[in-house]
Amino acid sequence: MNQSEWPLWEVFIRSKQGLDHKHVGSLHAADATMAIQNARDVYTRRLEGVSIWVVESTHIHASNPDDAEAFFDPAADKVYRHPTFYDVPDSIKHM
Amino acid sequence: MLLTMQAAPSESAALATYSAEVRQLLFQYVLQLADTSLILGHRLSEWCGHGPILEQDLAMANIALDLLGETRSLYQYATELEGKGRTEDDLAYLRSAVEYRNPLLVEQPNGDFAHTIVRQFLFDNFHYPFLKQLKSSPDERLAGIAEKAVKEAAYHLKWSSEWIIRLGDGTPESRQRVEKAIASLWRYAAELTTPTATEKALQEAGIIPDYAALQPTMAAHVARVLEEATLPTPPASSFGLAGGKEGRHSEHLGYILTELQYVQRAYPGLTW
Repeated sequence: MNQSEWPLWEVFIRSKQGLDHKHVGSLHAADATMAIQNARDVYTRRLEGVSIWVVESTHIHASNPDDAEAFFDPAADKVYRHPTFYDVPDSIKHM
Repeated sequence: MLLTMQAAPSESAALATYSAEVRQLLFQYVLQLADTSLILGHRLSEWCGHGPILEQDLAMANIALDLLGETRSLYQYATELEGKGRTEDDLAYLRSAVEYRNPLLVEQPNGDFAHTIVRQFLFDNFHYPFLKQLKSSPDERLAGIAEKAVKEAAYHLKWSSEWIIRLGDGTPESRQRVEKAIASLWRYAAELTTPTATEKALQEAGIIPDYAALQPTMAAHVARVLEEATLPTPPASSFGLAGGKEGRHSEHLGYILTELQYVQRAYPGLTW
């Protein structure tokens, strides 16, 4: 087992119907079936979920931290992109 | 862990309708079920912190806790059936090995991971179909306990079956280990479905399922899993070891109880 580590999987749990799956962590497993079972045992012990997704970590492509300036900083001074210039009527909840 | 929680409902109506004889039989039988899940749960808990990988360490601890939950409901019911004021703690901590009624299979040592998996698989393959039937017992308490436990047992069986397949159809080493475990544990499986006098009487009274009726389901599942694992099916007529359900245990149980009961034996009546 030490010579050939099982691949890493990222785990996403939907905490209740209607909500999105959220990333909760990662784990090792030999294949998808085992990854889902492991996720059930590791991440849903306390009633955290109603549905599990797993994705092999190698299939996730991340943005490069070196690009952070070019990617994200330009949005900082564009407040007009936020929908904050409207008065929300009192009767609208959950905004 | 078995701290007495007085959540037990007042004596159910059904309890009062049993004759003293049936009540005694049922007490023995419920003890047997409770002892079985307690001892197997204890064995699995021995893996805690020693599992081959974190994820399986947790899986085994989860199963141990499921079994312990089942144990507690059963001991609580047993104390009511007995009606002598003993608590679930008394039943778990203050009985000697000869009073324990678990089948021999569950007290067998963990061995390596494959050994634990085979022991679990043989138990789950009985436990799940058994609970499915027990759900329709006319005894409401047993039916209720089965209703809750059967969902857990379904997962246990899925988990252990999956591992038999992985180990059997895995590397040469995993295969050799699982074959060795099958060779040493298969002889304990028959005891699970061989009724004792107590069980026969309760089966005839229609209170607990007839084990013979479970056999086809059990055999079919074993055959399917072993085939997928590319493992040969051991002959059905293999020599069987039994006696645990009547209090005749292997030496292993004594060591388990020594550890399990140590605190209550050393400090009688200690609470926390």
